[in-house]
Amino acid sequence: MSSKTKTATIGSSSSKKFGMNSKMKSTLIGWSFVMIAVIMICTFYFYPMVQALILSFQSGTGTNLEFVGLDNYKRLLTDSTFLTAVKNTFIYLIVQVPVMIILALFLSVLLNDRTLKWKGLYRTAMFLPAVTSLVAYSVIFKYLFANDGLVNTMLLKFSLVPDAINWLADPFWAKVTIILAITWRWTGYNMIFYLSALQNVDQSIYEAAKMDGASAFQQFFKITIPMLKPIILFTSITSTIGTLQLFDEVMNITKGGPGNATTSISQYIYNLSFKYTPDFGYAATVSYFIVILIVIFSVIQFKVAGDRND
Amino acid sequence: MTKLKRIFMYIFLTAAAFISVFPILWMIISATNQSVDVTKGRLLPGTHFGENLTNLLQTIDLVPALMNSAKISISTTILSLLIASLAGYGFEIYKSKAKDVVFTILLLSMMIPFASLMVPLYRMFGSISQTMPAIGIDTLTSVVLPTVTTAFLIFFFRQSTKMFPKELVEAGRIDGLSEIGVFFRIYVPTMKTTYAAAAIITFMASWNNYLWPLVVLQSPEKMTIPLLISNLGSSYSPDYGVIMMAIVIATLPTAIVFFLMQKHFVAGMMGSVK
Repeated sequence: MSSKTKTATIGSSSSKKFGMNSKMKSTLIGWSFVMIAVIMICTFYFYPMVQALILSFQSGTGTNLEFVGLDNYKRLLTDSTFLTAVKNTFIYLIVQVPVMIILALFLSVLLNDRTLKWKGLYRTAMFLPAVTSLVAYSVIFKYLFANDGLVNTMLLKFSLVPDAINWLADPFWAKVTIILAITWRWTGYNMIFYLSALQNVDQSIYEAAKMDGASAFQQFFKITIPMLKPIILFTSITSTIGTLQLFDEVMNITKGGPGNATTSISQYIYNLSFKYTPDFGYAATVSYFIVILIVIFSVIQFKVAGDRND
Repeated sequence: MTKLKRIFMYIFLTAAAFISVFPILWMIISATNQSVDVTKGRLLPGTHFGENLTNLLQTIDLVPALMNSAKISISTTILSLLIASLAGYGFEIYKSKAKDVVFTILLLSMMIPFASLMVPLYRMFGSISQTMPAIGIDTLTSVVLPTVTTAFLIFFFRQSTKMFPKELVEAGRIDGLSEIGVFFRIYVPTMKTTYAAAAIITFMASWNNYLWPLVVLQSPEKMTIPLLISNLGSSYSPDYGVIMMAIVIATLPTAIVFFLMQKHFVAGMMGSVK
């Protein structure tokens, strides 16, 4: 307490000496460094979000909007396309995120083996998909999984399937294709996070576990997973948030089809605003649904990250 | 580990690596083949590389799209780095309670999905168009402006500034440098690796950005590379050889940036965890 008053007196005496100017000037300089960023974020993030909130209570086509109260929110509950888009997005989430994370963990553990040969080669190869552009890889996957595409050609050649699988035109297989595509693109990316976390794990823990007779299986579940828990959570949340915003892949591989079997929420917002007769008010309402989901997941992440620092 | 297990491990890793590389390899191989051969499932490099390239340049406006993408990505990268590093430096070096509150509020913007911004942003640029068509809808500037400042990059620079020796700031002041002088003469040269990592993340994101340009760009001559590829991909009678060639060329800039600066790229990824 006494030291605080002391600095306060020193502060006030120095400001007496130089006038209030130097302190004010320093504060002003500090703010001017951050000013452009603050203005830009407010203009292009916060202001539009307020606009979207106002829009979500309005309805009409194009610029002819009028206030309709909660009508848009009521419409959400009975809009079958919206419900399908939500269902699709959650199917992607529930199937794809866990499969990808387990696969990435498994690969990172194998690659962390010190006696492994060609480690760099494997790592680079598996990370390569993460360098491709979303649109470019989506188009490639679309061609690979086309009815007469390479995947079907190969499956038929080796008699793995009796007939060609209608990857893109069958509601079930179209979802599978999207999930396979996202998994291909992001597994290596997540693996790099685990690999660098694993390199920080003290090897002597494993040595000790081996001496105590722990199997590789036990080492994985009893040491590796607990040690990597924070990073597994981080990647799960970022993958979840990414999947909630899924757009490029669905748009370029299946266009949301067949019917609406693969439509994602983001794509539905796009369709409502720019493909069908524009209904900006309802599109804004749907978009607030994703905002709420992301806020929930982010709060979980902040909470867990906070616990980690304690 | 038993020998059998080791063999299994190598088989598994090789399979995973093969699956990872195969679509990319197939894209490159197909760029050298005729469309008919691609459909037949030819997996060997062909002799139609030159032919595909000529056809591509004659039938598709690849070069203007490349130029548009280059203009957008380079200006986005330069502006992003400048704005975010100034802010990251400001928040850390001129730390105050009020600034920390503002910083936390800025971080909240990371939670906003782009899908919910696109409608209000589109309307915003629509109304700007009426008074200032030069930065309104369908201009390259309208692509750059909303994407140029991200809370993530500000956060990234602030985290890195924590490692920056504060004595250097004092030393600079004693040497008679102005506050902004300290930033440009001392901070920027010291933080080269941070800038490199930030540049890669920003350039790649900007080069590959699809949704916002799709919304805001309308005329064909403004098209960026992802829009062009997407259009080619949905054409009814695709010439596979030519399209694959286009994708290869479109992927080259990011691939080159990545391989030249691989270490910084991973450093940038890890920066997001801190």
